Amino acid sequence: MSEDSHSSEHIHSVGSYVKIWAILVVLLIISVIGPELGIQVITLITAFGIAIVKALMVAAKFMHLNVEKRYIWYLLYTGILFIFLFFTGIAPDIMKSEGTNWVKTDAAYIEKSQAIIQDHALHESETHEKEGATHEEHSSH
Amino acid sequence: MSSQVPIATGRSSTGIPTGKLAVWWVIASEIVIFGGLIACYLLYRFRFDHWSGFAGKTDTLAGAFNTLVLLTSSLFVVLAHQAAQRKDTKDAFKYLWLTIGGGFIFLIVKAYEYTSKILHGYTFTTDNFWSFYYTATGLHGFHVVAGMVIMAIISFDVRKGNNLHRVENIGIYWHFVDLVWIFLFPLLYIAK
Repeated sequence: MSEDSHSSEHIHSVGSYVKIWAILVVLLIISVIGPELGIQVITLITAFGIAIVKALMVAAKFMHLNVEKRYIWYLLYTGILFIFLFFTGIAPDIMKSEGTNWVKTDAAYIEKSQAIIQDHALHESETHEKEGATHEEHSSH
Repeated sequence: MSSQVPIATGRSSTGIPTGKLAVWWVIASEIVIFGGLIACYLLYRFRFDHWSGFAGKTDTLAGAFNTLVLLTSSLFVVLAHQAAQRKDTKDAFKYLWLTIGGGFIFLIVKAYEYTSKILHGYTFTTDNFWSFYYTATGLHGFHVVAGMVIMAIISFDVRKGNNLHRVENIGIYWHFVDLVWIFLFPLLYIAK
């Protein structure tokens, strides 16, 4: 089989690709505006729900997965399966720092250092605010 | 013998051209690489509440603009593929370079973001969040650069009317780079 042979079943017009792009841009705008409302459910749907829809559209229409052979699908499913295995395998180690008869000292250290960083950031912002207030007082005099 | 096409190039037990099949294998392994990074990010994000605070420090407008740039470059590369199918080498060359242009704009915006964050004191070692931010976006940026270089090499061959099937192959890779960004964008820029 020659490498130059193209499967002709997925030839689309320029207009149809531009249309898909336009839909993707509209979805992008919604995904930016949605989380601005500050409602967690809407943030999740507009940020991550739309990301999944956009990804599926790019995969199906631009990568032509909708007309690709099943072999490729199985290949990609295998990759995704490995991610889930990885995720579930390491989840307990990250999400928990202690259990029955064990304590993860490293996690305890990380949490402690995070607390120090947060305290430091808070202290810095308070100092800035005070400096700002002093500056304003001087300028008003 | 050097003028002969290597055996592997023409062989295909799957019915898929070898070059294209190789690109899909690359993508399957890339899924595990980027997927693993994203899985780690999600876990740490669930674990440490203050990560959402840091996500609020990233530049949403710059991230959204870069998403638009990559989506548009994806359109250009699929149009390059379509032109290659029509054997329109001039159009294929033009669209490949428009895609490379998109890559350049993406990298310029990314460089601006990096500079801005570093000047504000958010460096690789500030916090695990920022370690992840620089690792994930840096690795993604490296893929953008690699795609641009390969595309530039392919474009000159295509202009001469050779190896037109490679436009589709690099296109599949470029769409994947776009796909990764589609997930990095909400994770790092939107969800605060």
